[in-house]
Amino acid sequence: MNLPWLDHLILVPIVLPLLVGAALAPLTQGWHRLKFWLSYASVLGMLATSIALITMTDGGHWQDGMGVYLAANWSAPFGIALLADRLSSVMLLLCAVLALAALHFTRLRWGRIGVHFHTLFQFLLMGINGAFLTHDLFNLFVFFEVMLASSYGLVLHGYNAERIRASMQYIAVNLAAALLFLIGTALIYATTGTLNMADLAARVAVLTGEELALFKVGAAVLALAFLTKGAMWPLGFWLPTTYAAASPPVAVMLVLMTKVGAYIVLRLWLLLFSDAGGAAAGFGQDALLYGGMATIVFGAAGMLSTDTAGRMAGYGAIVSSGTLLAVIGYGQPSLVTAGLYYLIGSTIGVAAFLLLIELIDRIRTPRSAMLALTMEAYAVEDTPDEPVGRGVPAAMAFLSLAFAACALMIAGLPPLSGFVAKFGMFHALLKPMDGAPVPTSGWTLMTLIIVSGLIAVISMMRFGVRTFWANAGAEAPKLHRSEVAPILFLLGLSVVMTVHANSLFGYLDRASADIHRPATYIGRVLTQPSLPGPATAPANSATSNPEAP
Amino acid sequence: MELVISLAIGIVFASGIWLVLRPRSFQVLSGLMLMSYAVNLFIFVMGRLWVDAAPLTPPGMTPDPAALADPLPQALVLTAIVIGFATTALYLVVMIGSRGLTGTDHVDGKEPEL
Repeated sequence: MNLPWLDHLILVPIVLPLLVGAALAPLTQGWHRLKFWLSYASVLGMLATSIALITMTDGGHWQDGMGVYLAANWSAPFGIALLADRLSSVMLLLCAVLALAALHFTRLRWGRIGVHFHTLFQFLLMGINGAFLTHDLFNLFVFFEVMLASSYGLVLHGYNAERIRASMQYIAVNLAAALLFLIGTALIYATTGTLNMADLAARVAVLTGEELALFKVGAAVLALAFLTKGAMWPLGFWLPTTYAAASPPVAVMLVLMTKVGAYIVLRLWLLLFSDAGGAAAGFGQDALLYGGMATIVFGAAGMLSTDTAGRMAGYGAIVSSGTLLAVIGYGQPSLVTAGLYYLIGSTIGVAAFLLLIELIDRIRTPRSAMLALTMEAYAVEDTPDEPVGRGVPAAMAFLSLAFAACALMIAGLPPLSGFVAKFGMFHALLKPMDGAPVPTSGWTLMTLIIVSGLIAVISMMRFGVRTFWANAGAEAPKLHRSEVAPILFLLGLSVVMTVHANSLFGYLDRASADIHRPATYIGRVLTQPSLPGPATAPANSATSNPEAP
Repeated sequence: MELVISLAIGIVFASGIWLVLRPRSFQVLSGLMLMSYAVNLFIFVMGRLWVDAAPLTPPGMTPDPAALADPLPQALVLTAIVIGFATTALYLVVMIGSRGLTGTDHVDGKEPEL
C-alpha cells in the first residue's frame, strides 16, 4: 500500500531545491548558463507545486483542506509532521513568485559573480519552504538555520567592505536569536514533553501552576527569536543596514524572510494561545499589539529620516512587519484576512522597489563601479551582454513610472493592492465581530496605519523629486530586458491582486478560518494514520515478484 | 546537583552576554561560543538530570520509562551542537574577511573616533 502520489507534492518544495542546490555545487563557474537554467527550472517547479497545493487544499482534495505528510511514516506526535493548508500554500506561492523575480534579475550579472550563488539561493528557498510547511518546533529550528546560513552567504554576495560590515552584525544578531530559539524550545519541551505543534496545542490547555508559568517563559523567549526575525521594535535595528547593503536579488528574499517570522508568530500564537488555550489564552496579545504599533512608529520615523533608497525600503519592510504584528495581536479573525492580503501585497511592493533601486542608482553612476570591481576580483572573463541594441526604450519613463507604482503600493494609495489591503483592514477594524463599539486600540491602530502611509508618501516623493526632477545631470541609463521584466512582473501581479481582490479575499478568509480552528487542526494532525509497513503488508507485493528471465 | 548545574550554566551564559557586548569581533565570537555552550547544556538538562540511566532500551528488556533517561534532548543537543559549530565557523570566516578588508577588528568595521 502506498501513499497517493499527489500527497508527495507536500514534500516537493523542500526536496526539489535541496537536490538542485546540491547538484549545482560541484559545477564550476564556466557552466554559469547551465547553473542559471537549472536553478530557474527548480523555481518554476516550486511555482507549479505551490499552485497545485493551493488547488488541492482549496478544492476539497484533503479533508478540512489540510494535507498532512508524515515524514518517514512516523505517526504524528513522535515523528515530524509536514502540513499543507491554505495559508502555507499561499505563502509557498509567494516565495516561489519572489524567487522567480529575483532569479530572473540575476541572469545578467549577479548570478555570475561569486561561485555558489545559485546553490545558496536554492538552499535558502529550501529553508523558507520548510519553515512554511513543518509542524514540529525543532524541525522548524533546523529549517530556520538552513535559511539563515544560506542568507549569511547571500548577504555577503558581491563581497565589499559595506556588505562585510553589515553581515557581521546580521550574523551576530541572528546567532544570538538562534540561541533564544533553542532556549525557548527546550523550555517548552521541558514543560509539555512534546515538540509537535498539534500535540503541544492540545497539551497547553491542561497546563497549570508552575508548569504553565515556565511554559509562558519558554513561549516568550521563543517569540523573541521570531520577532527578531520579524523585526519588531526594539529587535529590528539590524534590518535597514542589512537590506541596504545586500545585493538587490538577495534583499528581495530577505524581505520574505521577515515575513516568515510574522507567519510563524501568527500560526503558533493562534495555536497555543487562542481562546481554546485554557489558562494560557491570550498570553502576549498586548505585547504583540503594542509592540506592532511601536514598530510602525519606528519604521515610519526611519523612513522620514533617511534619504538612501535601500534604507527606505528596509524601513518600509519594518512598517509592514509592524502592521502585521499589530493585526495579529488585535485578535480578530476578519482582520487577519485583510492582514494576510496586506502581507502579500506589501511584500511584493517592497520587493519590486528593491529591484528598482539598483536601476535607479544607475542614473547617478552610469555603470556601478562597485560591481565592475567585484567582477574583476572574481575574474569573470566574458563581459555580460552589452545592453546596447537590446536595451529598453524610454528607460527614464519606465523608471519613473515603476517608481511611482512602487510608491503607491508601499504607501497604500489607490489604485494598486496596497490600498485594497488598507481598506480591508479599516473595514474589519470598524466592524468588530460582536457589534461592540470600536475600542481605543482600534482607533489608534487605524491612525498609525494612515499616518505611516502619509509618511511613506512624503519620503518617497522626496526621493523621487530629487532623483528624477531635480537631477540636472540625469542621463537615461541602459537597462536590460532581464532586469526590467521582473519588476514589470511584480507590478503586474499587484494589478492582478487588485482586480481579483474579491476571490483572493475569499481564499484568504478560508485560510484565516482554518488557522482559527485549532481543534480541527489538532484532530487532523494527530489522527493521520501512518501507512502499514512492508512487514505487515500483504505478502503479494511487487518485491516478491522477480523479474522475468 | 541541580544548583551546581544551573549556576554553571548561568555563569557561562552571563560571561557570554558580556563578551558579545564588547567592541572587538573576536570577543563577540567568543561570547557567542560561550552562550552556545551554555544553551547546549541547558537543552541537555531540560530532559531532567539522571544518574546511571541509559537513554535506550537494551534488547530483551521491557521498557520502563522510570528507569530510562529521556533520549530526545540528547538527540536535540547533538543537532544544536553541529549547527552551532557551523554557524560559528562561518562567523569566524566573515570576521577574518572583515579584518582583511577594513584593517580593523572593531565590530563596526572602523575605529571609534576619539
